[in-house]
Amino acid sequence: MILQMSNIRKHFDGLEVLKDISLSVDSGEVVSIIGPSGSGKSTLLRCATFLETIDGGTIEYMGKAATHTGANGAAEYVSPQELRKFKSYYGLVFQQFNLFPHYSILKNLIDAPMHVQHRSKEDAEATAMELLEKMGIADKADAYPYQLSGGQQQRVAIARALAMHPEILFFDEPTSALDPELTGEVLKVIRRLAEEKMTMVVVTHEMPFAKAVSNRVLFMDGGVIVEQGKPEDVFDNPQEERTKKFLSVFER
Amino acid sequence: MSFETMLSTMSIGMLRTIGIFALTLLGALPLGMIVALLKKSRFVVVRAIVNAYISIIRGTPLMLQLLVWYFGPYYLFGMNIGDWRYPALIIGFVVNYAAYFAEIYRGGIEAIPIGQFEAADVLGYTKTQTFMRIILPQVIKRIMPAITNEVITLVKDTSLAFTLAYQEIFSLAKQISASQTSFMPFIIAGVFYFVANYVVAFVMSRIEKSMDYYK
Repeated sequence: MILQMSNIRKHFDGLEVLKDISLSVDSGEVVSIIGPSGSGKSTLLRCATFLETIDGGTIEYMGKAATHTGANGAAEYVSPQELRKFKSYYGLVFQQFNLFPHYSILKNLIDAPMHVQHRSKEDAEATAMELLEKMGIADKADAYPYQLSGGQQQRVAIARALAMHPEILFFDEPTSALDPELTGEVLKVIRRLAEEKMTMVVVTHEMPFAKAVSNRVLFMDGGVIVEQGKPEDVFDNPQEERTKKFLSVFER
Repeated sequence: MSFETMLSTMSIGMLRTIGIFALTLLGALPLGMIVALLKKSRFVVVRAIVNAYISIIRGTPLMLQLLVWYFGPYYLFGMNIGDWRYPALIIGFVVNYAAYFAEIYRGGIEAIPIGQFEAADVLGYTKTQTFMRIILPQVIKRIMPAITNEVITLVKDTSLAFTLAYQEIFSLAKQISASQTSFMPFIIAGVFYFVANYVVAFVMSRIEKSMDYYK
């Protein structure tokens, strides 16, 4: 098991955003998380990537616990130094790309491998060029982020995450900031990663994409997983009223 | 007194003015960053001290602050302030300018989108790496215009050293003008300040341009 999140609880200012959520992801699995805004999907990803701290429950990567439950039932994290080691297990692709604007595309891809993972420049550059090639933007290596379209920037962001050789890649609404035209090129890249058996968790509003690409779909609402299963089951034969209502919006 | 004599006497004052200017920047630019970071400290007491410091510095005239730094040790501790003039002057300038720089830095850091911090965190950068490699370069680009303004103000503010009877260009100009009943020293001083600021503006715009390669 690459990721195991058990009984996760999280609240913001008294509002419970995640209510006892469990999610485990196996190697090579592609999990899509769908649901209305405010359902807790993004928060779940942000907890998995330690951008938010959980109140209760446990998070494990590769069988190693990043948190444990303290005497009072609250989640306690390992030391910051220990926690940093977990960051090599995962990558996160943001809705807003968050490329480093002062670095060239190539530098965006090699800086963390060199300064966080202490890989050699040659090694990092070789990986970076290979990834840019794969993303179809090798000619942009010397450009700066502002010179690229949104779709190109998002592909760079995916390459930047992959350059760290993560075990699992998270996507937080990777196409929500893109024009419909540019959405396709990003989804194509993710689809290709799925074919290569990259382990991924994708929060998305692109239903046809989620259906086509994932092994498992989670429908979240109100801080709980309402329904989950194979994409054809969840999309074509939803069991829960809430799921049916949500999916009906996407039908024409 | 011939024009040449006047000019050579005043050139010592020019060097002293440049000295105050350089030492102030050397001290205040880094100190301001420390103050800006302390202002974001998680300890309430630290934040309260920093806030009090900034509001006192901004709320009182630099001229008064210089007098306090110079005479304070004598009145408070009975210290012999014979050799204290120059240290007091530099401390006064550094402490004053650091407060203004700190506010500029703070504004610059807060203007960086949170996503930059988060992206760096997820990639595994340490807090120090995140700040030095990702945040600071972007902050510097954003704050250059504001820093230029402060530096130009500093060139002119060095004349306040006159308060402590330190013989930089302004004090000398006033003195020579009185003793020689001549207007020329003021013109020389004026030209000096103008040229100095012209150079500052030129250098700063070059630095700004050097960071134009990204948006």
